[in-house]
Amino acid sequence: MNKTSSKVFLLFKWMVLIAVLIAIYLPLLMIILYSFSASKTVGGDLGGFTFVLYKNLFSNTKLLTALKNTLIIGVTSAALATVLGTTASVGIHYMRRKMKTVSDTASQITVVNAEIVTAMGFFLLMIFLRDTVRLPINFNLGWLIIAHTVITTPYVILTVTPRLKQLNPNILEASMDLGAGPMRSLFTVMLPQLAGAMVSGFALAFTLSLDDFVVTDINSKGAGIETISTYVYSGIKMKMPIDIRALSTIIFVVVLTALIVFNVVKNKKAKEQAKKA
Amino acid sequence: MTEKKAKVFRPTAFAFPYLAVTVIFVIVPLILVLVYAFRGSDGGFTFDNFRKVFTEKETLSQLGQTIGIAALSTLICLLIAYPVAYILASEPFKKIAILSLLFIIPMWINFMLRIFALKSLLSMIGVEKSYGAAVIGMVYDFFPYMLLPIYTVLSNMDKSYVEASRDLGANPVATFFKVTLPLSLPGVISGISMMFMPIFSSYAITEAMGDMGTSVIGAKIASLFENQYYGSYGYGSALSFVLLVLVLVVMLIGNVLTNRASRAPKGGKA
Repeated sequence: MNKTSSKVFLLFKWMVLIAVLIAIYLPLLMIILYSFSASKTVGGDLGGFTFVLYKNLFSNTKLLTALKNTLIIGVTSAALATVLGTTASVGIHYMRRKMKTVSDTASQITVVNAEIVTAMGFFLLMIFLRDTVRLPINFNLGWLIIAHTVITTPYVILTVTPRLKQLNPNILEASMDLGAGPMRSLFTVMLPQLAGAMVSGFALAFTLSLDDFVVTDINSKGAGIETISTYVYSGIKMKMPIDIRALSTIIFVVVLTALIVFNVVKNKKAKEQAKKA
Repeated sequence: MTEKKAKVFRPTAFAFPYLAVTVIFVIVPLILVLVYAFRGSDGGFTFDNFRKVFTEKETLSQLGQTIGIAALSTLICLLIAYPVAYILASEPFKKIAILSLLFIIPMWINFMLRIFALKSLLSMIGVEKSYGAAVIGMVYDFFPYMLLPIYTVLSNMDKSYVEASRDLGANPVATFFKVTLPLSLPGVISGISMMFMPIFSSYAITEAMGDMGTSVIGAKIASLFENQYYGSYGYGSALSFVLLVLVLVVMLIGNVLTNRASRAPKGGKA
């Protein structure tokens, strides 16, 4: 290939990437732009610059409750999933082959299954426990936290297990041979080395919980609990709720900042480790 | 004595809480789906729910439409994501770390808010609720999940295969179709499986973006559970059971294809 044609080819590649990036980000940028406008629709007359949508956010109690629910469910279920997923990874790591295959397969069920089937499974379980077993429970925030924990734990396992495989397989036994009990060995020997993977697992579980719609939708209707996903969904179905533009902008900025900070810290750590080595 | 005591506890026990949770909240629900699917409104055993699934025209056409919309969206997404992944994994783009991150970031933003943004933009340029808009919504939503596995496989690929092919006289096009594409198939299959089946449950997108005639089977199941009478639970469970079987079939096909794809380069002419 001669030089000019490879240059043209390079330009073409840049054009493809930029076109796709525009397609991805144009909707988000329009929302951000119109979050500072009182216009009824995106694309309408921008009018003057205003914070009115942001002000409205703070008086929109329905939306604030949805935000609160989302955060409570997200943080609690991600914390539970991190504990459950990390201990599970350690346990599964030391299993014999047969037991390991069974456990690995069981942990993958909700990952590969259609989400609507998982959601219905939770729904039927609640009906069964409430009406047949007659436990004094019902659809509520706690039930959603349990459901989110169950669907996000496999992803914590998927994050922690690879790190576990890199560790020296004998350290846990060494610790127990030297007299530390299993709990102490877990906390003082294993967990410090898994901390990084646990943070990633928590972040992943939290994001997946925030993103969830189907399981929440099916299991919250009876209780009338809204999360951001279900609130925006019902808003879209009825008519465009313009306050959501302000909320979206805040969330875009928070996610972007978190990702940038996360990557900067990661790169720094990688560089430090490279220096040490 | 103490030595013996220490041996009694095996580290495997750390997994027991999770396994207990899995049995109660994953296995038992699946058994319940099965029980409800075979239970009539009188509580006895029946095949009626399944008969209804396979004879009711509306359900069958909805199932067909779901497969259609899933196949079309997945295909379009793949046709966009593959070239992007290929470019991102090649020089000089590979060195610009932030570039690939930019394509993956949407994964971390609430999908309903992204759909809201996309819908706002589409109605701004005059695209109303329609089948096409629903497909655009699916492609937009699942794009990062399709891109990531393909990009990962392509950027981790051993470049010596490509170099060997070029050295042996194959032109770039032949090299791509005979070496790069087959080697990247596991990523492609993984991307497809991350999109095809999840679309069955993505009723939020079809309801938000599609017209009255556009929907996926997940919407039907969800509506069956909205009616709080037990008769519809059986029908919904039978429909879920059909989906479950479909998931297994798709997974099996995916596994067979992945195994074949990863064997191909070693098999020489295959």
